[in-house]
Amino acid sequence: MNTPKIDLLITGVGGQGNILASDIVSEVALAAGFDVKKTDTLGMAQRGGSVISHVRISEKVFSPLIKEGEVDILLAFEKLEGVRWARYLKPGAIVIINNHALPPLSVNLGIDKYPSNEEVNQILKQRTEHIYFVEGTKRVIELGNVKTLNIFMLGCLAAFLSFKLETWQEVIAQHLPSKFLKLNNTAFDLGAKEIKNVHVG
Amino acid sequence: MKKLLSGNEALALGAYHAGIAVATAYPGTPSTEIMEALAHFKDIYAEWSVNEKVAMEVAMGSCYEGARALVSMKQVGLNVAADPFLAVATTGVNAGLVLISADDPGIHSSQGEQDNRHFAELAKVPILEPTDSQSAYDLMAYAFEISEQLDTPVMVRTTTRISHSKSLVDVKEINVMQKRKPGFSRNVQKYVMLPVNARTRHPLMEERMVKLAAFAESFPFNKIEPGERSLGIIANGIGYQYAREVFPKASFLKLGMTYPLPEKLIREFASQVDRILVIEELDPFLEEHIKAMGIKVDGKQFIPRVGELNTDIIESVGRKMELINTPPREKITVSTDLAKRPPLLCSGCPHSGLFYVLASMGQRLKLPGAKDKIPKESGLTITGDIGCYTLGAYPPLNAMDTTACMGASIGHAIGMEKAGSRNKIVAVIGDSTFLHSGITPLVDAVYNQSKITIVILDNGTTAMTGHQEHPGTGISVQGQGVGKVVLEDLIKGIGVKYLKIVDSFNIKEIRTAVKDSLERQELSVIIVRGVCAVRVPKHDVPRKIDTGKCNQCGICLLIGCPAIQTEGKQPIIDVTMCTGCTICQQVCPKQAIGPMSQAKAEAKK
Repeated sequence: MNTPKIDLLITGVGGQGNILASDIVSEVALAAGFDVKKTDTLGMAQRGGSVISHVRISEKVFSPLIKEGEVDILLAFEKLEGVRWARYLKPGAIVIINNHALPPLSVNLGIDKYPSNEEVNQILKQRTEHIYFVEGTKRVIELGNVKTLNIFMLGCLAAFLSFKLETWQEVIAQHLPSKFLKLNNTAFDLGAKEIKNVHVG
Repeated sequence: MKKLLSGNEALALGAYHAGIAVATAYPGTPSTEIMEALAHFKDIYAEWSVNEKVAMEVAMGSCYEGARALVSMKQVGLNVAADPFLAVATTGVNAGLVLISADDPGIHSSQGEQDNRHFAELAKVPILEPTDSQSAYDLMAYAFEISEQLDTPVMVRTTTRISHSKSLVDVKEINVMQKRKPGFSRNVQKYVMLPVNARTRHPLMEERMVKLAAFAESFPFNKIEPGERSLGIIANGIGYQYAREVFPKASFLKLGMTYPLPEKLIREFASQVDRILVIEELDPFLEEHIKAMGIKVDGKQFIPRVGELNTDIIESVGRKMELINTPPREKITVSTDLAKRPPLLCSGCPHSGLFYVLASMGQRLKLPGAKDKIPKESGLTITGDIGCYTLGAYPPLNAMDTTACMGASIGHAIGMEKAGSRNKIVAVIGDSTFLHSGITPLVDAVYNQSKITIVILDNGTTAMTGHQEHPGTGISVQGQGVGKVVLEDLIKGIGVKYLKIVDSFNIKEIRTAVKDSLERQELSVIIVRGVCAVRVPKHDVPRKIDTGKCNQCGICLLIGCPAIQTEGKQPIIDVTMCTGCTICQQVCPKQAIGPMSQAKAEAKK
């Protein structure tokens, strides 16, 4: 790994599998010999609320929470949940954002508006130009299982970290039932491929 | 070998390696995963107890019998268990007894914010506080040692951020304790708290505090970490981690035992630094005890008493105190009107139908864009309780008027009725909460001839904390078939004459039962039964709105189902989220909702 520290924020909506994703990247970093701390903040419901995972990778980590303005990489499983945490980004951070909207109830009821892609970009661009919109949900629906989104997103993330592919594969195998392993490995590869070809926002 | 463990997993493993034979708990955020981790060890006895008071009493009995016992609960759980906790503090233990109290600063999932260190002070019991998963693991062995050596229960206090953060743990399995053979030695003076015996116990408790304070002086987890002289920080728990990051050069006194405090060690630290800042979450517990020693410290005049701390807060404290001179990073403008995403009842939730009925009867439902407020006199008062169903309080349902603590819905309803309410009163409570704390108020309602309606939402699980078993499911935490408490038998046995059981997904049945109950001049109980959506992900093929028949009235949106979304004004159903529960189909006045054809549903999967 080139950078001595990685502060990674993974955000999404309850049920999208981002906690598992943060567990996997933490284990990969541990296997690579780093100190790791991770913490999840989630509300009281089973599904549907905002979920944020802080993952900190370094030689020595104290606080499990990342300071505002210090996030190196934001991995957002949903657009609104990406833009919501923009203030955590450090200048020049990398943002990988799933080009998918899950409108909250208030939007469906006509009380709130869902931000357009331009608004999302405009907010994120106050901090960084490195914005990668990926078609995660679209690709995993084509693949045949929406639940592989988290592994697809990790495939995108892996391009920015210098952990070995075998380590990713080993840790993914430890965390997922073997009957879904092949499908998830494909999702990971699709993510890795996607990130190489995306338009930088 | 180093493992990445959450604080809760580390506490569980530490307790297991300390040789516990019995573990008890009632689920509650952020403590739940401690028991879930322990349940994997089949060579100990583990139970979900019916509530925290019983959990404490079972653990007490086990420790009297010579088995090391662990009882874990969330902070408000100790309110429920306070009576036996103070009792075992008085009798002392035989084998070690450790209570894990998981506090929730920031109120991630609780009904209030409280600092449970005060409970330990009240009970004259020592407190150990981990700063990460490693110390959570290590402290458990000490906790049991202290408990046995000083004849006291021990509180291990964690917080959400410690319990729910993962960090590396070096697991020293060499410490694994052998379990003792059970055996209770009758000792009336120690275990039978008649006044005459309790009077002899109190002075022993005071002596115990003196011994504990002496022990704290050399306790290895109370440690000075020397740094620059200009700033000394006394910290505990997660606050220590934030402070270490923000003030890398300061001197630290890290406290792993926060009650009673090591006075000599604190004086020694004070002599090594120019000024002291105490960093702790919630109340100024350490600060006030240290000030009482006559030592000058700064603390809560700078550090917030409310909510969680974090490095941003500590850094801004550092600026305010002129300890940090670098300017803060420029803020960016994120539009503040970003749509919020509060937690919701799931699509296919068995609670939605009941709340829809109550909300429509109480005229609480608001159509999208409607500006009218909820009428003050709705004709219906809905007292609520603790569980996923508390989310029925949110718009568009607005179907809950009170929520206080476990089981309070029934007592509140009785009280409102007896005070002369002109409204009809419905108490809404879940199955696990009813068994936890709803039975005794139901006895009160029968005894005192209350005429309220009680709705028990029976989804067959403790859903909000992550689907734990309870006495109504007849399955143990370790997955075995055990005794099952049948709700209807229990309720009838208490003496309720009018009891109806209805299907969660049948709006007509629910409406008839509620209407009928409200009209009766007697106590009535309705069990609304249907399995939690997370456990039965699909009831039927997804539903579809026929846009030709739909007049966009918006009634289906009032269920608050996350699968029902809008494109412009047109409601649509997200096929990946819909569980086919048919509630929307039943409430649609235009019969515009029906099953998506099987073939189409398959193709979209």
